[in-house]
Order: sequence, then C-alpha cells, then structure tokens
Amino acid sequence: MLSKGLKRKREEEEEEKEALAVDAWWLDPSHPAVAQAPPAVASSSLFDLSVLKLHHSLRQSEPDLRHLVLVVNTLRRIQASMVPTASLPPVPSVPAAPGMADNLLASSDAALSASMASLLEDLSHIEGLSQAPQPLADEGPPGRPTGGAPPGLGALDLLGPATGCLLDDGLEGLFEDIDTSMYDSELWAPASEGLKPGPEDGPVKEQAPELDEAELDYLMDVLVGTQALERPPGPGR
Amino acid sequence: MIPGIGVLTQNTLWCFSQMKGAIETGVTEADIISTVEFNHTGELLATGDKGGRVVIFQREQESKNQVHRRGEYNVYSTFQSHEPEFDYLKSLEIEEKINKIRWLPQQNAAYFLLSTNDKTVKLWKVSERDKRPEGYNLKDEEGRLRDPATITTLRVPVLRPMDLMVEATPRRVFANAHTYHINSISVNSDYETYMSADDLRINLWNFEITNQSFNIVDIKPANMEELTEVITAAEFHPHHCNTFVYSSSKGTIRLCDMRASALCDRHTKFFEEPEDPSNRSFFSEIISSISDVKFSHSGRYIMTRDYLTVKVWDLNMENRPIETYQVHDYLRSKLCSLYENDCIFDKFECVWNGSDSVIMTGSYNNFFRMFDRNTKRDVTLEASRENSKPRAILKPRKVCVGGKRRKDEISVDSLDFSKKILHTAWHPSENIIAVAATNNLYIFQDKVN
Repeated sequence: MLSKGLKRKREEEEEEKEALAVDAWWLDPSHPAVAQAPPAVASSSLFDLSVLKLHHSLRQSEPDLRHLVLVVNTLRRIQASMVPTASLPPVPSVPAAPGMADNLLASSDAALSASMASLLEDLSHIEGLSQAPQPLADEGPPGRPTGGAPPGLGALDLLGPATGCLLDDGLEGLFEDIDTSMYDSELWAPASEGLKPGPEDGPVKEQAPELDEAELDYLMDVLVGTQALERPPGPGR
Repeated sequence: MIPGIGVLTQNTLWCFSQMKGAIETGVTEADIISTVEFNHTGELLATGDKGGRVVIFQREQESKNQVHRRGEYNVYSTFQSHEPEFDYLKSLEIEEKINKIRWLPQQNAAYFLLSTNDKTVKLWKVSERDKRPEGYNLKDEEGRLRDPATITTLRVPVLRPMDLMVEATPRRVFANAHTYHINSISVNSDYETYMSADDLRINLWNFEITNQSFNIVDIKPANMEELTEVITAAEFHPHHCNTFVYSSSKGTIRLCDMRASALCDRHTKFFEEPEDPSNRSFFSEIISSISDVKFSHSGRYIMTRDYLTVKVWDLNMENRPIETYQVHDYLRSKLCSLYENDCIFDKFECVWNGSDSVIMTGSYNNFFRMFDRNTKRDVTLEASRENSKPRAILKPRKVCVGGKRRKDEISVDSLDFSKKILHTAWHPSENIIAVAATNNLYIFQDKVN
C-alpha cells in the first residue's frame, strides 16, 4: 500500500528555483525531524505522482481549485527538496505560453490556466536543467516497471512507461503502448538531451482524442526541455 | 429534557434507531448523501445527495403508549432541488450535487431551507396542505371554467379536509454570483441575510433580493500565478450578526467584522497554530487544510476539522487551539498512500452537541468519533448494517496500530477507505445523531434508561 522512499545522492550540478522561499530544514542534520526520520528528500516517484495529479487536475473541465492549489504547493515543496538551496543562478521565469494554455487546458478561468501553464513550464524547465544522473529507483509505486528513467528527467518519465499508480484510467490507456526502451537509464546522460520524443507520437495520437497531436508534441518537447525556449508557438496559437 | 441528555458520560450508550436508504450492494452515485442537517428544533432532518435531491424526514409525535421509545423519523418530503446544468459560455457541466443545506428558523407554519450546489443557492419553502377549497362559482369540480351565463346562484367556497400533502416550492433562486465552487452557506442571526462562500470569494445576500449580492471577502490574487490558498469553509456567528469566520487550505481561520469595512479582506482575528516541527512532512500543508469550521452554540468557541484532528479554539486566543483531538492519528504514517489514492483530500465535517460538551466527526471504515470535552473521554462507533437491529447498543470500536491485535480490534491495513463518514449531524437538544454512510443515513439515539 505504501511506496518506499528512495535514497538518492546529492545532486552535483545545482540550479535553484527562482522565488521559492522554502527553508531547507530537511538538509539540516541537527533538525529533530531529519535526525529521527528517514531521509526526507522526496523520491522522484513522489514528484512524478504530484505532477501526474497536477495534470489530471488541470484536465478536468473545471478544476477543483483546492485540490489544485494543494497539489501545486506540495509539488513546490518536493521540488525544493530535490534541488538543494546552495547559491545558484536564478532561473529566468518562463513567460506563460498563451497558446499552450488555450489548447491544452480547458479551464474556465483563462488566467488560471495561463498561470498553471507557466507553472508547468517552470517545472519542466527546472527538470531539463537538473541533469545529474541519479541512481535507479529500486522500487516505485506498485505497477511501475523497475529501471525507470532518472529523476532528473522525471517529468518525461511520467509520460513514459505506464504506471500502476496512475490515477486516471484514461491516462493509463494513453501511454500503455509507448515504447520507452530509449529512456532506459544507461542512455540518459547530460549530453544526450537532444533525444527526440518521436516514438511517443504515434500511440499518443490514437489514444488522446482530447488533445491535438501537435499540442501533445509541443507539451512533450517542453517537458523534455529541448524545445522550451527555442521553438516558437505553432501557427494559429 | 431529561437531565444528563446531551452530555456524553460514562453511562451514555448509543443505540441504533433507524437506517434510511437502499440496502442493495451496488451504490448508485446519485444516491450518495452529500449533506445532513437538523432544523432548529430537531423536528426535521434534511439530507441532500449527489443527484440533486433533498429528502426531509420528520420526527413522529411520541405516543403515550411507547414512552421509552423516542419518536422515529419518517419521510416528510422529497424534491429535486438542483438539476444538472450546462454552462454554454464556458462549455462546462455544473454538477447537481447538493453541497450544503441550511435551515432557516421557523417563523410561521411553513419551513424554509437553503440548498446549494456548486454555483446556485435556492430557498425552498416546505409547507403542508391538508384542506382543499371546494365550491367555486366560476370553475367546476374539475377546474374547467363555467360559462357565466349558466350561473344562477352564488355560493361561498368552503375548505374541506384532504389527505395531507407536503409541497416544496422554490421561492428564491440566487444564481450567477460565484465563479468558483460554493463550499458553504450560512444563515445570519438577523434572519434577513445569509452568506455563500466559494474557493476565493464570500458573498452576502438578502433573502428578498436575488439579482444582487455583496462581495464581502475576495482573496483572488491579481495574478493567479500567486494563488497559494483557498477558502474552505465559512460560518456566521450564532448571535453577532456582524461577525463571521472563514477557514483556509493552509489551516488558518480568519474572523471578520462586517462593521469594520464593506470588504472584509482584512481580518479582525487570525487563528493559526504554529507547525509542529517534529511532525513536518511534504504533506503538512494538505493535512492542515481545514475542511469544516463550526461555531459552538454559545458562540464562544470555534471548532475546526483538518485531516487528522479536530481542534477547539477560544475566540479570545488566536495563537493556538485550546483543545486538540486526534481523530485517526494512525494514518499519519500512511500519508503517502493516502496522497496517492487521493483520500488525503477528503473533507470531513464536524459537529457540536446541543450543550457544546461533546463533539463528533467521521472517519474511515464507516467509523465516527465522539469526544467529550469535559471528561476527555472519546469513543469510536461504527455505522454498519450488522449493528442495525432496533435498539441494538453500539459497541465501541478500536483500531489496532501495531503489535498484537486483540479479537475485536481492526488493524489499520484492514480499514476500508471507500467507506467514509464525511457528514454527520447532532440534534439541537437531544442525544440523537444522524450519520451519512455513502448512500445510507443512520440515526442513533442514546439509550433511555
């Protein structure tokens, strides 16, 4: 019932998320919670789960605002714990991509969808920058195949192998045919960020009627971090 | 009222009284009860469900023959309060689920209640008709108009008795005032106004005016990217018509005075307990999110429910609650799983008994808990069909946390998280409680000795 926490090495390359004022109590070995409890650094599976929940929430025609806000705040905490707060160059905030918001998010509040889109972009940008290879997860949530991609590319990971922990059957169906062999950890190294998300185009097209294939491509590119700031919005957005 | 009623003492035994609702194993989503509320006298008990229906039960008069059996609740009226709607502008479906019902105090022969779904509040009048006028001059008995030329005599219509009919009519519809989902409604003690609260705003209404409401709280940030907190519940003070409280997803309660300014964005009092560093986790904020806030009948205290605890606050002390009760602390080590299956977002309600001496709230596995504030005793009871023999005494339940499980205990891992008691109600003056377990309503009474 309970997914096991993961032990991870401290990341060697560091980037700091801009404007995240969360004190790093979990890094203080003298802190009572840290001293007594198991390592409080979030596992990538918890991060992935939270991103999944965020996606799922945003996909609702009218998101439950309380659920959304709580998930986003939790995601920020988890992410902050994954990126130690050493002195790092601030990440430039990625402006909201209105086209992406309109196409991707059917939220009734355009401002909300734009802000959440920009948050997603922020998160994906951070993920793309955090390139240090990580040890494999020994065990993820039930149903997840072992040997998943390293947490540094956790956002892509969530769009990769189907996981039993997915909350939404629709999402599960969406990804079950995706060939993820190219995302095995041996292949992922800081230099190989130029991998294209090609194999995922086909099956995703068939099983995601609610999203344009082009929009999904764009989302995936952004999450991978290869195209976030390079590719201008497509025509009509 | 018998002395001692309303106090949970060592000698209070709770008995099964009635169960309402279908018994079949499959549950229709629409039948799931979403709110339960006694009226101010306890004579009526209303439930709302996900299908938008309201069912009102009325307590039967106690008969002289059965002194030891208190009146039972029977169906008094059933009506469709809200229908599913489609917002064409935003291309959204609006759920018909009844989020809250609040009764107005009775001022004449009819009963009035407010019911709300995510977007629209309605004022319903429930009235009895037991007489029918007969002997119209211009209409015949079937209601067809008569030709005036055929009328040669006049008669006075008379009222004749008929079978009792209970009618529910919508008297007011308060719509189009909420962009976000309504989570609370609260009738003011002036009986002229009420408030409705959604995730980001609270509006004040006059019962007579449906095309206008005053916005009294607005926490929507100018830039939605800065949104980190939402309103989770709100309630008027029971006696001071200028005072209300609202709770947030960050575990804070704000008390506002409407005399201070028209827009009550600046609170008069701010209640927050500092976080316990030894209990800190990634889920700290989620479990601190307040799911319900209730004034005591006296108006001196407020009670809040978050995921694991119930807290009682003194209005005069803002920095911490005066009492904290653990509802199901054994779930603290399971938060990751509960986050995974979304149970951590469940919104439990809490209620006071009539004398403010006992508080009650629900849990999982159809368990519900009562805490006696004076004796500090607590009890866990279960709403289940197995305990549904008339006047069967409920046996206290216990959850085994670790180690050896005793015969009657249930282990944490065996708890059924799909059976959650989110909604309960306590009779205003007697030890009668109503507990909603999915699609069934259980009524328990204390044993009359």
